[in-house]
Amino acid sequence: MSETITRAQLTEAIYQEVGLSRNESADLVESVLSEVADALSRGEMVKFSSFGSFSVRSKTQRMGRNPKTGEEVPILPRRVLVFKPSNVLKNAVNDGSYDLELDEPHK
Amino acid sequence: MTKSDLILRLAEKNPHLYQRDVERIVATVLDEITAALARGDRVELRGFGAFSVKQRGARIGRNPRTGESVRVAEKSVPYFKTGKELRERLNAS
Repeated sequence: MSETITRAQLTEAIYQEVGLSRNESADLVESVLSEVADALSRGEMVKFSSFGSFSVRSKTQRMGRNPKTGEEVPILPRRVLVFKPSNVLKNAVNDGSYDLELDEPHK
Repeated sequence: MTKSDLILRLAEKNPHLYQRDVERIVATVLDEITAALARGDRVELRGFGAFSVKQRGARIGRNPRTGESVRVAEKSVPYFKTGKELRERLNAS
């Protein structure tokens, strides 16, 4: 059965691994996510070696269609986020295994 | 921003933590997401986005150099969908 991991499990992992309180672990999960979100909002690229990179791409205006009414509507220029997984992550997903112990955390 | 930039930033904002612990925090978050996806689990981080695994069916590909047909086996690929809040922030201002 496939499960859904949320902030709660990430918090628990930090609590176990690093030994901070659960409250502080939760705050740090939030800090990690907000630092990444802040960088992306500034238009910066975010690169995590052996995980993947997030980049912001600008889309130009194009014509779209309301699928319900068939009416043509302009899709305005906007910025979208693209995630490119690293080879390490792609292999982990494909092999279905990822050994946390073998991974070097300080890279 | 790279992993080390993120570590430095977090260390600056949390002067009571050892840098080594900040490194472990960042590594733990990335490792947990990787391990979850390897198990085929989904990672949902409200407001930020969701990581999931998509199946790509087997297909007949082509070697672009020789034009030769090759069988490509089915595979699983990681996928990220941007969360609503982050998507809106990217387009604010």
